[in-house]
Amino acid sequence: MNTKLTREQHLELYYFMQLNRQLEDRLVKLFRQNKIVGGVYSSLGQEAVSIGTSYALEKRDWLAPMIRNIGTLLVKGFKPRDIFTQHMAKYTSPTHGKDGTSHFGDLKVRHVVSPISMLGDLIPVMAGVAMAGRYLGQNIVAMTWIGDGGSSTGAFHEGLNLAATQKAPFVLVIENNQWAYSTPVSLQVPIRNLADRAAAYGITSRIVDGNDVVAVYEASKAAVDECRAGRGPVLIEVKTMRMKGHAQHDPAEYVPKEMFEYWKTQDPIARYEAYLTKHALWDPKKKSEIDVRIERELDEDQKFAEESPMPAPETAEQGVYCEGCHTIAADWRRPKSEVMPPASSVEAVWKVTDFGAFARPAARAASVVAGVSSVQPARTEPAEVEVEKQQPLRVPFGRGPKDRSVELERREKLVEKPVRHKPHKRRRR
Amino acid sequence: MPEITMLEAIREALFEEMERDPAVVALGEDIGVYGGAFKATEGLLAKFGRERVIDTPISETAIVGAACGMSYLGLRPVAEMQFIDFIACCFNQVTNFAAKSHYRWGAPVPMVLRGPSGGGVHGGPFHSANPEMYFVHTPGLKVVYPSTAYDAKGLLKSAIRDNNPVLFFEHKFLYRRIKEEIPAGDYTVPIGKAIVRREGRDLTILSYAAMAHVALEAAAVLAKEGIQAEVIDLRTLLPLDRETILGSVKKTNKLLIVHEDTRTGGIAGEIAAIVCEGAFEHLDGPIARVTALDTPVPYSPPLEEHFLPNAEKVVAAARELAKY
Repeated sequence: MNTKLTREQHLELYYFMQLNRQLEDRLVKLFRQNKIVGGVYSSLGQEAVSIGTSYALEKRDWLAPMIRNIGTLLVKGFKPRDIFTQHMAKYTSPTHGKDGTSHFGDLKVRHVVSPISMLGDLIPVMAGVAMAGRYLGQNIVAMTWIGDGGSSTGAFHEGLNLAATQKAPFVLVIENNQWAYSTPVSLQVPIRNLADRAAAYGITSRIVDGNDVVAVYEASKAAVDECRAGRGPVLIEVKTMRMKGHAQHDPAEYVPKEMFEYWKTQDPIARYEAYLTKHALWDPKKKSEIDVRIERELDEDQKFAEESPMPAPETAEQGVYCEGCHTIAADWRRPKSEVMPPASSVEAVWKVTDFGAFARPAARAASVVAGVSSVQPARTEPAEVEVEKQQPLRVPFGRGPKDRSVELERREKLVEKPVRHKPHKRRRR
Repeated sequence: MPEITMLEAIREALFEEMERDPAVVALGEDIGVYGGAFKATEGLLAKFGRERVIDTPISETAIVGAACGMSYLGLRPVAEMQFIDFIACCFNQVTNFAAKSHYRWGAPVPMVLRGPSGGGVHGGPFHSANPEMYFVHTPGLKVVYPSTAYDAKGLLKSAIRDNNPVLFFEHKFLYRRIKEEIPAGDYTVPIGKAIVRREGRDLTILSYAAMAHVALEAAAVLAKEGIQAEVIDLRTLLPLDRETILGSVKKTNKLLIVHEDTRTGGIAGEIAAIVCEGAFEHLDGPIARVTALDTPVPYSPPLEEHFLPNAEKVVAAARELAKY
């Protein structure tokens, strides 16, 4: 076990994953009872992704879920009743019946941006959240998710390119669950690893076993820390599998049986249960305690949702515009004077050093001399290595030497510095 | 006070709002170093720095998306489309993300999306559009289209202070062609209020943006013939000022609508319906319209002149209407 997670945190990860699964299990049952108005988009088999990634965020951080990220909403503090009522289109739902599924959010407390059905659009939006957070001196990180399918959209490119150009504190998780509705990933993208795309934006990337919640958490935590230190954005690809159809109506007959069989052996919750047992982080009593708690919470919230009223028809007319119902005020964590003249007009740090001149790579030069143009240049390592070489990266703006994150980093280094006694070498057995 | 152009009025509004409120930031293509394709943002970068005046990649979707994200944290971003034609590239962000945000989950998007629009400058099919009706058809947005320097400044300030996504169309033909004296200091013009530019009793000419000037020109010609036309400048297309429209029709009993947008699905149709619903018994003649043709905006000057409405066409239509 090589993680900084405490025992409580380990158990919390289990709680959220199991809550996520049991909640969706109930949604499926409610769907069959015709109590769900729209669709149910299962994240069965992908719980470790939602939980592991969002668990790495702090309270002040922002996220925007995708359709299969109900788990992230639970981690951010939404209750099962919010998800039940959303699916059942009740007046008590966070959107009062205006929208369904995971399409809701909270600007003030939980910092969740509501998704829309058009894939990829959250990427530029969360880039903007990250930029605004930095501008206000909040030192936040923004995170969102995209599927293997959604990674083909133009918004994906535009958003990630803007975020990278701005060095925004933004984590993008590509949730590669092998299928975009019925289309396998091999028909959507010509590359094996979607994380390779990070190289095109000059940003760091990681590939993680998406069914190992601790691994997902560790990778996400590292990404979040990097972003907070001004070295974002970071791209994480998690390899996982969608164990159901696109939605409840879809029996997913296009998925080879062997594929389901393989991934069944990789079930994230079963794997994590074994992990907890192996590392003696719980016992059967503790497990049943958590499971009972989940059942109780779900019972309560399902009852609440089922007994909730539908919205009154005329409320459909309300809320198209903000007519003074919201007070918009930014949460400034830096002096406003820094962004007002004359302080705001300080010269920027951007620099182009070589006038954009063509730099002939050694490999290519050699092949030209030899008259062979088809020689494959030596496969360069992805940008990950290059970017890390440049450290510490200077953030173009928003993180001057007076910034809190710089100060914290410096302190952290001071704490780490004192030389510890080297542990005694273990004797070979 | 010296006279200033509409372009200068827009620039003044941006400067003054950014000075007043550090939550106001600007982003768009070439708005910083270059000062914008039409120089509407010239000087902003030098004064407010890179954190507040952001030169973006050529990514309309990212510009509007990021502006939405910024507004969720309480900023008031002003995003520029280099030409308003390019708004088609981010249609989804505008109509699905920004417009529906408050209705769906109570999250206001206090964003302004502004850009040069309109024809008459031989910009061709992709630099002359009047795409306002796509957005007038979208609940959740506000659409503003001023015709004078005074209104441009006052309405832009109102747009920036509004809690909803406002599309602010700037007619590029008017940018440097009209000049007027505007009062010193802070003032706003309310969104959603039309204005009577010329009083009259025989018929009402409803218009906005560059065509408001064409309507006034036509009214001057008609006055010499003894036809007293009332000219109304809509200024805001969404929400429409029904009261002023219906009030004027009830007074003159005849309505001519002039717009530079193409004919089918233009705002004339919507106004005609509003008048039929609210003042049908006051009408003494058919509701008439003079609009651009149902074609893309052509490039060559003789073609574009044929395509656009002008005072002559408006006078001819008004004469016909006055006969009833």
